[in-house]
Amino acid sequence: MPNNLTIRVGGDTGTTTGVISTGEMLTFAMARSQYDVFTFRTNPAESKGGQAMYQVRMGNHPVLSQGTFLDILIAYDEECLKTHAKDLKSDGLLIYDTDTFVPDDSYQEQSYGVPLSTVAQTVSGTKKSKNLVALGVVTEILGLPLESVKTVVKEQFRHKPEKVVEGNIKSLESGRAWALKNNILKDFHVRPRELKTSKVVMSGNEAMAAGAVYSGCRYYAGYPITPASEILEFLQKELPKFDGVAIQTEDEIAAITSCIGASFAGVKAMTATSGPGFSLMLEALGLSSMTEIPIVIVDCQRGGPSTGLPTKTEQSDLMQAIFGGHGEAPRVVMAPANVKDCFFGIIKAFNIAEKYQIPVLFLSDQSLSQRTQTYTRPKLTNIEVWNRLKASGSHANGDYLRYQMTDTGVSPIAVPGESPSPYVATGLEHNEHGDPNYTPANHFRMTVKRHKKLENIAKESGFTRRFGDEQAKVGILSWGSTEGPIEEAIHKANQSGYEVAALQVKMLHPLPDEEIKHFLKSVQHVIVPELNFTGQLSQIIRSKYLIPTIRLNKCAGMPFTPEEILNKIEEVIIKN
Amino acid sequence: MPQTNVHVQNVNEIKSNVVPVWCPGCGDYGVLAAIYRACVIMDLDLKSTVIVSGIGCSGRLPIFTKCYGFHGVHGRVLPTATGVKLANPKLTVIAVGGDGDGLAIGGGHFPHAARRNVDITYIMMDNSVYGLTKGQGSPTTAPEFTLKALPYGVQEENLNPVALSLAYDVSYVARVFSGAIDQMTDLFVKAIQHKGFSFVHAISPCTAFNDTYKFYRERVVPIPAEHDVHNKKSALDLWQTKGKVYLGTFYEDNRLDMGTTFQKLSETVQSKGKGTMERLFDQFT
Repeated sequence: MPNNLTIRVGGDTGTTTGVISTGEMLTFAMARSQYDVFTFRTNPAESKGGQAMYQVRMGNHPVLSQGTFLDILIAYDEECLKTHAKDLKSDGLLIYDTDTFVPDDSYQEQSYGVPLSTVAQTVSGTKKSKNLVALGVVTEILGLPLESVKTVVKEQFRHKPEKVVEGNIKSLESGRAWALKNNILKDFHVRPRELKTSKVVMSGNEAMAAGAVYSGCRYYAGYPITPASEILEFLQKELPKFDGVAIQTEDEIAAITSCIGASFAGVKAMTATSGPGFSLMLEALGLSSMTEIPIVIVDCQRGGPSTGLPTKTEQSDLMQAIFGGHGEAPRVVMAPANVKDCFFGIIKAFNIAEKYQIPVLFLSDQSLSQRTQTYTRPKLTNIEVWNRLKASGSHANGDYLRYQMTDTGVSPIAVPGESPSPYVATGLEHNEHGDPNYTPANHFRMTVKRHKKLENIAKESGFTRRFGDEQAKVGILSWGSTEGPIEEAIHKANQSGYEVAALQVKMLHPLPDEEIKHFLKSVQHVIVPELNFTGQLSQIIRSKYLIPTIRLNKCAGMPFTPEEILNKIEEVIIKN
Repeated sequence: MPQTNVHVQNVNEIKSNVVPVWCPGCGDYGVLAAIYRACVIMDLDLKSTVIVSGIGCSGRLPIFTKCYGFHGVHGRVLPTATGVKLANPKLTVIAVGGDGDGLAIGGGHFPHAARRNVDITYIMMDNSVYGLTKGQGSPTTAPEFTLKALPYGVQEENLNPVALSLAYDVSYVARVFSGAIDQMTDLFVKAIQHKGFSFVHAISPCTAFNDTYKFYRERVVPIPAEHDVHNKKSALDLWQTKGKVYLGTFYEDNRLDMGTTFQKLSETVQSKGKGTMERLFDQFT
């Protein structure tokens, strides 16, 4: 029995409905059956037409990457097989729709043809439910309990008429029956996990939105953009339950400025976007920094520049996040490593934003935002939530110093409606009162004040994760969603007798200096894998720490596979 | 913390320590004076009053008051004010900005503010020129005006803010003139009292770069008393009258504002149970 399996579903969205929904239901059925899951999907940029694929890897252990090669491929059409055949393991299984095509003889030993449309038509009266037949076949082969799958199907179609649900269940059952009748030579049952724990299965975007709600975010504004829109949708559904407001604005500039307005009024606020929208927000990012009004901005990075690759992943907005915008505007840049981190990380993003009255950017990417992953259901009692330091007392006579000089650079903030110390927040350079002031000495003093916060933020704990071997000479320094494939590659490297250490950096600006220095000192060679062309973190590490780094860049719109990382590890070890 | 309200008896108590930097004779002084007076007449609690402004001469206005103020980026007055009001519906929110701020760089926000009908008051201080950058043509510069920085005048048609706001279906539309401060004060009060998005077109001439006082003094007339403010067609006729610039309330309706809509939405959604993190996570198990 294997410990994990990778399954991919694919087809043309113009002719086949339900490529993504097959994958989603399969994922939830696995999660319900107590397996860990990790999904990866590519949608065509258009809403109808073009090849879509959904991949899910299931395991009885935490699954760290989408996997490289396929154990099972479900091909709805011939084009799908052509595209994905190269990824199917030599002993992998092809499930295909005999109503659409028949593969050549080379697949004879390991293929499984089902007349999906015919079966669907016969049992439910519509070909539309052919994806349910496919779901039945594959869940039977995987040995997932029928009841778990049925629950998922009923949940998926809960808004549909009774008749449709019945037809879908019948299609599912006939798929299961079809698979039972035909022997599969290889065992595709994943060994069940021994210790059962309460898990949640959600996407990165959902986890970020959930974390925002937990943090006390009660104002969200956003403009639809792939791959961030699910955050807007989720919060429009959830925030009214929490007396919060989520609005879809006319553009990203309105989104961020309305968030700054809401936060000025004392409410924690967030917006989410992707690279193109983030570019539009840069002017207002400076406003947040200058007025010292905290906000959280999520950037679900996608392939760029310009419209780029809207549905593909990339880590190419790091420089924009750290340096983008005019003038010198201190901001914090963080990046989650996985779905669990999306939840816990964004709580830290809000905490830092509030404590230091500063904008915080949270860099996800398409593969992380739209992937579904399982993690242990969080215990919500001991996660800290920080709030901004409010001004106390009455300063109606005008002696309130909104931007009072302090050791930390943070000054108590007055909130309209609460504090009788009105002040004007302005994007103009201002003095301690907040009044416009352009004198040379004042500009320098206030610039120092705003930047002082970064020194203290760099000392906040919990922004690195070190793993791998303590004594290793080769180290990997990484950020964002690349953590999973790196961890898996290090496990594999260990099996080959190589020692590798890794440091995942979760705050990219300011850098957690002590931990990084310590790590760099402990290794002789540093590999920096990034999903971009120019090696953005690598450049920053080189310029800040004056060390040579070894770049590993992938600029293909796809995440790293563990093998790609492993190859680089071997190359570096063998060379040295 | 005990919450002390900040009310004032006369306009001098609202003035901040910062002295206005506008040119002598600027129409913006009139707008500022009318805002001071409206605050006193309405007995507004300054602690719960927020004046949001954009960039331009008008953008400085909040700094000259003892209200809370937000002086943001160019063109984004309306979304910023929307965020303030939706975050705390108890605040009185007044947005001020120029014609360039509201109709050029920020022109895209105006129709959406109208659609949302958030309970804020938007005073567009229209001097038909870019004053702070010394005299370029603005979206409301009429072809017949010649400007120092624009010897041949503008080649575009001028926009009419009242016409736009009527077309966008703004729920309260009025026009005032810095040469008539008493009426301006009255209409600011009405606009602030209006529950929904209220728009006041304030003609506020620039004595330095486009002195239109004489032009408007010759043309302004009060809206006739018989005008029905609920009649959009009649309001449209008024702005189209050649040779006259009407002052007063053009239009008014009382549809629900967005803050109330959200409040009702929350009540409906929560009738099935208030949100908790446990319930939120239950959706993902």
